[in-house]
Amino acid sequence: MYETNYHRAKDAADAAKKLRSSDDGMYLSGGMTLLPTMKQRLAAPSDLVDLTHIKDMNKISVTRKDVVIGATATHAEVASHAKLMKVCPSLCALASHIGDPHVRNRGTIGGSIANNDPAADYPSAMMALGATIITNKRKMKAEKFFTGMFDTALAEDEFVKAVSFTAPKRGAYSKFPNPASRYAMAGVYVADHGKGDVRVGVTGASQNGVYRAKDMEKALSKSFDAAALEGCNVDEGDMLSDIHGSSAYRANLVKVMAKRAVEAAAS
Amino acid sequence: MGIEGIGARVLRKEDKRFITGAGRYTDDHKVAGMHYAAFVRSPHAYAKIKKINIKAASKMSGVAGIFNGKELTGDGIGNIICGWMVHSKDGSPMNMGAWSALATEYVRYVGDAVAVVIAETLEEAQAAAEAVEVDYKVLKAVVSAEDAMDPKAPQLHPEAKNNIIYDWEIGEEDATDAAFAKAANVVEIDIRNNRLVPNPMEPRSALVQYDAAEDHFTLHTTSQNPHVARLVLSAFYQVAPENKLRVIAPDVGGGFGAKIYIYPEEIVCLWAAKKAGVAAVKWTASRSDAFLTDAHGRDHVSKAKMAFDKNNKITGFKIETLANLGAYMSLFSSSVPTYLYATLLSGQYNIPNIHCNVKTVYTNTVPVDAYRGAGRPEATYLVERMMTTAARELGVDPAELRRKNFVQQFPHQTPVIMCYDAGDFGASLDAAMAEIKYDSFEKRRKKSAKNGMLRGIGMSCYIEACGIAPSAAVGSLGAGVGLWESAEVRVNPVGTVEILTGSHSHGQGHETTFAQLVTDRFGLPNENVQIVHGDTDKVQFGMGTYGSRSGAVGMSAIEKALDKVEAKAKKIAAHMLEAAEGDIEIKNGEVMVKGTDKKLGWHEVCLGAYTGHNLPEGMEPGLKEGAFYDPTNFTFPAGCYICEVEVDPNTGVTTIEKFVAADDFGKIINPMIVEGQVHGGLAQGIGQAMMENAVYDDDGQLLSASYMDYTMPRADDLPSFNVSTTETLCPGNPLGIKGCGEAGAIGSPPAVINAITDAIGHNNLTMPASPQNVWAAINDGGMSEAAE
Amino acid sequence: MAKVEITVNGKATSANVEDRTLLVDYLRETRNLTGTHVGCDTSQCGACVVHVDGKAVKSCTMLAAQASGSDVKTIEGVAGNGALHPMQEAFHQNHGLQCGFCTPGMIMAGIDMVNRLGPKLDEATIRAELEGNICRCTGYHNIVKSIAAGAKEMGKGMKKAAQ
Repeated sequence: MYETNYHRAKDAADAAKKLRSSDDGMYLSGGMTLLPTMKQRLAAPSDLVDLTHIKDMNKISVTRKDVVIGATATHAEVASHAKLMKVCPSLCALASHIGDPHVRNRGTIGGSIANNDPAADYPSAMMALGATIITNKRKMKAEKFFTGMFDTALAEDEFVKAVSFTAPKRGAYSKFPNPASRYAMAGVYVADHGKGDVRVGVTGASQNGVYRAKDMEKALSKSFDAAALEGCNVDEGDMLSDIHGSSAYRANLVKVMAKRAVEAAAS
Repeated sequence: MGIEGIGARVLRKEDKRFITGAGRYTDDHKVAGMHYAAFVRSPHAYAKIKKINIKAASKMSGVAGIFNGKELTGDGIGNIICGWMVHSKDGSPMNMGAWSALATEYVRYVGDAVAVVIAETLEEAQAAAEAVEVDYKVLKAVVSAEDAMDPKAPQLHPEAKNNIIYDWEIGEEDATDAAFAKAANVVEIDIRNNRLVPNPMEPRSALVQYDAAEDHFTLHTTSQNPHVARLVLSAFYQVAPENKLRVIAPDVGGGFGAKIYIYPEEIVCLWAAKKAGVAAVKWTASRSDAFLTDAHGRDHVSKAKMAFDKNNKITGFKIETLANLGAYMSLFSSSVPTYLYATLLSGQYNIPNIHCNVKTVYTNTVPVDAYRGAGRPEATYLVERMMTTAARELGVDPAELRRKNFVQQFPHQTPVIMCYDAGDFGASLDAAMAEIKYDSFEKRRKKSAKNGMLRGIGMSCYIEACGIAPSAAVGSLGAGVGLWESAEVRVNPVGTVEILTGSHSHGQGHETTFAQLVTDRFGLPNENVQIVHGDTDKVQFGMGTYGSRSGAVGMSAIEKALDKVEAKAKKIAAHMLEAAEGDIEIKNGEVMVKGTDKKLGWHEVCLGAYTGHNLPEGMEPGLKEGAFYDPTNFTFPAGCYICEVEVDPNTGVTTIEKFVAADDFGKIINPMIVEGQVHGGLAQGIGQAMMENAVYDDDGQLLSASYMDYTMPRADDLPSFNVSTTETLCPGNPLGIKGCGEAGAIGSPPAVINAITDAIGHNNLTMPASPQNVWAAINDGGMSEAAE
Repeated sequence: MAKVEITVNGKATSANVEDRTLLVDYLRETRNLTGTHVGCDTSQCGACVVHVDGKAVKSCTMLAAQASGSDVKTIEGVAGNGALHPMQEAFHQNHGLQCGFCTPGMIMAGIDMVNRLGPKLDEATIRAELEGNICRCTGYHNIVKSIAAGAKEMGKGMKKAAQ
């Protein structure tokens, strides 16, 4: 690892100030992606501004169906939050399968979505849940936030403070893990918001990162049933291809995972 | 047997230090004046080194020295050797290219070391290594064995035309061809044996201490055979004379073959410590280094055909194999696809005619050498996929076809060197079939089908050869070393015992099982016996641990030394008790005269030996004996594995529903430890069958270079295993032991693949049967193995 | 340089280390606690698992500076009063280790599993929860047995403590 300078931010303003005053600094949350990248000498931030000590930024609040999750809430905290479990169990289930138990104790929702790894789980949920991403500067819809593989709308000194959404009527996430890394090779989050508003977020599979499967949404809004997906086509040409899965295999997985998510949500 | 003797499930003595964090692995050692080494490695699979610029790097903080390959060879450090000479069928010796521990003119695989930096801290060494500028002329690389033989392919070594190292054969080709001419049926298969990365959990490490006043080196290293390491470092690499080099392999975190070899890093650290004038140098591999530099395993492509008469008896077996040995010939690489592979192609069967042709080639990949099983998994995979394929094509039950062709009489001379000494193949087949409820399988298949799942069952009846020996025989086949083992039994004046062994334990539990021999013999408590190993200053010589040899060969040496100790102790006791030597019996820690109440405590006899006050006329004092044991034959563990799987046709995900192993390991000293060895071997074999795959791209970049892309078996990938044993004693060694360390990895891959091909209904499946490969096999008939 | 203050196995420690120092290196190099191992560089093998403020984490993927102010427990600190921790004892009794390299991480993961999920753990749960710990020797068979047995023993201890 290259040399770096570690700072703890006291509050949001302090964090942004510290970042702005660094040469080439980065925000650090759980560090589950950033630190391994630095260890491989593939990233060399001059400064790391630790966000995890900002007071209350890991709070999860649930008011009726309105959910706000602080950015530094760990995957373990999201997975086991009793109130969240009542209104949106599918998100708890998603969080409970990110990485492994030790990673879930450190990794955070804010870090995950700010990194926007094409194989990360949370981005698909943010899309399907119609979530709002709250930063230290503004609020924006998930679709505006995720701008492509490893790319977001975040400005240099901007960081995610929280995400908010209204829990859907029903939903489920179905993931096919890469056999080696256990990241999603195809992860599909299906959320039924009622009144024909169904959203499907797909991660892991596409060359363009997380996306909404509009034709699946259309089919499911007519009939929330796995069989309704039969006629939907997943374009192989858009899919990633690597040693673990050809684009044809990934296209198949997207459909199979979507069906399984619908079945789980409907049951 | 006593409660701690032969056959007892004695809990491991070595556990305590490991479960409390007190194990001492090489990287855990710290010494005064310790510097760190970092290697400058080639990012290219094949390139000419034009220039190395160390100007900026050498000025960086903490740097004590930066050295390159020309300096290394200039100082007389010898090239890395392959220790087993194989001759081609035309009689010519194998075409071995030069391998310098630091590349001099060319780099031949990604990770090939070009220079070393010695610095005060690891961070300084790494920073300076990064600042070394190497100017390469990048050349076109070749990575697959098939491509390497193309005359237009890049040529890696001037010694090896068309990259061919040797073109070797075994068996009678004419007789085999004649058998095929008369055959009622011929079955053909193409087989690929996937390339694997061994991945012991402890990465390799070396710590060199150099005592300038004495010109003496001490090397702590992750080795399965410290004495062999010292011999080779001394005699071939000229790093230091043997008397000036002490090699210690302390606690070692797994080996699986990958820690047999003496790698460039150990050689370079020894040489560079002295050259840089520092007291000590440490190097520890990262996992990324391990993927790029540990010797890989397997990587064969074969075409095979088997001839049957009208009664389904095998009459001939013909095989052509192409093996990829990587960029250089590693220490035992030449023997793996020849004497450790083709000699087992008779399997458990009576096959009158066998012919096998093996070609090996250089490619721009990491050197390939022995990995758990070494050659025998490749042979077993070929034979057992063939047997199941043949049964399907001939329309008979796979178990019955095997049973019909089993070797029944022992000794049995195969047409491929091996002479099987003992076994009962039907017994292990029966045991495994009963355990998995083979007869009611079709019911379970139907039940799965109702849930939309494909169920399959597959078996593998393996035989392997362990305890490679006798030394004269392996010498005649080209081995550069003898494959005996040594032991020394030191009885202390108070009656406690130290056993010094040339075997090395890196997970096998020798500290426990070896002590059980003493407990069994003299009735001493296990805790009174200490096993000493892994240090060339303590143990006189030894050949180390690999090839499942520590039981059959290592323990036999201890038995022989114990024979001598027992004989002398009896002489002393007879003298002290005024009885006839033949009437003395040693039991439960007491030395007694049979049929009388006259006896001495074991410790009294031992003290007597050391006081020398009352010894038989002319006897030397002391009670310490050594032995060298050279076996009379290989040993032949065998068994039957049956696997039942369920395949999800939507995703290709395969679940092992049940895995049954019935092994014949001969005499078992500690069943608990033997079961553990089988479990671990099975996990590696199932890993090869379903998960693990080392993949290079066309430019020679390793794509599966970390746990992000190389699928290591994890707990939720595997079932609990159902293991049992049958027993026929090995007649070749005093304990009747056959060996158990590799069987699981050897026998399991074909059982898994036979099960999955049974489930999907055809044979076009590439190993590993990853979800993607199984899904492809279901959906488009799969890829032909040889074409993939 | 960062001044870190970490309670390690109940003892207050402090040192000035480079900011980039990983927690595992602080433990192994600065504190000489070499029971915590490094088996990979992609945060997957779990040989480095320790407990930070009571939670299992991978100490190879955390800076020592991040852990400053925390309570860290390593394999060297789990036994108490001269007796092995029940999870350690269970690994011994069930032959849950061979080369021993992954073992400290396995034991720390096993204890954490019981702390989170209670002492009654079935095989499927244990296997799923071991996703972050790789072993190359045992095929996991006896590790799963060890954790189940250790959990049961820990449960007895919890019951006693509750009474």
